[in-house]
Amino acid sequence: MNGLSYAWAIARKDLAVEFRTKESLNAAGAFAIVILLLFSFAFDTASDEPAELAGKLLWLVFAFAGALIFNRGFAREMPNECLDALMASPIPAASLVVGKAFASFVLLLIVEAVSLFACGIFYNMNWTRRLPALFIVFVLATWGLSIVGAVFGALTVNLRLRELMLPVLIYPLMIPLLTGAIELTGALLTNQPLTPDVLLWGRVLIVFDVVFTSLAILLAEAILLN
Amino acid sequence: MAVIALDDVWKFFGNFPALKQVTLGLEPGSCCALLGRNGAGKTTLLRVLAGLSPFQRGSIEVLGSKVRSAEARRQTGFLGHGIGVYEDLTARENLRFFGRAAGAKLDETALNRWLKRVDLARVADSPVRQFSRGMRQRLALARTFQHEPQLFLLDEPFTSLDDRSIAMLGELLGEAQARGATMVLSTHQIREALAIASHVALLDQGQLRYFARRTDEMVEDPRTLYRIREELGIL
Repeated sequence: MNGLSYAWAIARKDLAVEFRTKESLNAAGAFAIVILLLFSFAFDTASDEPAELAGKLLWLVFAFAGALIFNRGFAREMPNECLDALMASPIPAASLVVGKAFASFVLLLIVEAVSLFACGIFYNMNWTRRLPALFIVFVLATWGLSIVGAVFGALTVNLRLRELMLPVLIYPLMIPLLTGAIELTGALLTNQPLTPDVLLWGRVLIVFDVVFTSLAILLAEAILLN
Repeated sequence: MAVIALDDVWKFFGNFPALKQVTLGLEPGSCCALLGRNGAGKTTLLRVLAGLSPFQRGSIEVLGSKVRSAEARRQTGFLGHGIGVYEDLTARENLRFFGRAAGAKLDETALNRWLKRVDLARVADSPVRQFSRGMRQRLALARTFQHEPQLFLLDEPFTSLDDRSIAMLGELLGEAQARGATMVLSTHQIREALAIASHVALLDQGQLRYFARRTDEMVEDPRTLYRIREELGIL
């Protein structure tokens, strides 16, 4: 098996466990919908521009909901010391982190799809006009969130306050990614033209993904062993 | 070629030396019973050998490779204090996943054979969270043995096993020994360990104080080990 097939095996195992228990999926999905619902009362969706608002709100909700998913990623390996069994096996540490990130990526995309649907109802907004472009933005930004979440999930897995520490550590790092995702999503939901200024944020997302995926692969062994 | 070669190995937790100057070599087919009081360093030594815990000084070779090399890990079966099986997967899913993780190509027939071997065939498709402690330990044994590694690192493998399961573990270890596998097992069950061990190692406060071939006298009267401990001044 190569590194990618090991990563796929980890992701499949995590997704199988999650779809069976629905621990983080239920928590993150419910959290996202409740926040979107509450904000729909806080803002006047008749007079404010709902699509503009939704672009910002959605990514903040995804970042918070994501933390619930990322926290479970490595915490799932703690009962029965499964992480030791994995680390003692020939699975490369990088595959372990990338596999965890991929499982989180799939789960977060599901939460995002549900949230987008809910957003359309709560904010009376049409989000289907530029769906393919929106999908690309979601994929790029969600992978960025997931890989950072997986790396810091591995770093904080042995901390007593990991539920608190993980968001504290990852949110400052996610600022460029979230800014880019907000700008692009806002432009697409409000049906604005994608000017070079806006498209620049797309490059930011790609660079962020490449840099953090490379760092995750390079540092995985050191992070997991220490 | 020694399967395990430790040379002057030191391991620190902060400033505390958990392993001090450990030098040890094991030939293929050996079975080393790692004995010592709680906190003597048995688990730490096994974790260092499994590549789970970095050491600060000295050198370790496992099966002729560096301790964290993929080859060394492919040929090692590690059973730690935690049994390393997933509660939300079934017994079959656990074995399938860890079999693939170890790079073994196990088909359904092989999985069924292992499940039968550890007496879990009738609960093969039940989630592990419904298992008793002994059943989990048996599943962990199947996970450790199924890819037929050349080196076994076993931390308290007899824990929670009933007499029948202890006999089954003895059989598994005997078969592994017969095909030339090497074993290091830490245990407080001296009688069971001595029955299969070819060597005995005594650890005390992180130091390897005694390492020799197991004698018939030790098997007949395990108090021999207590006498050795007293002679070495181990309290």
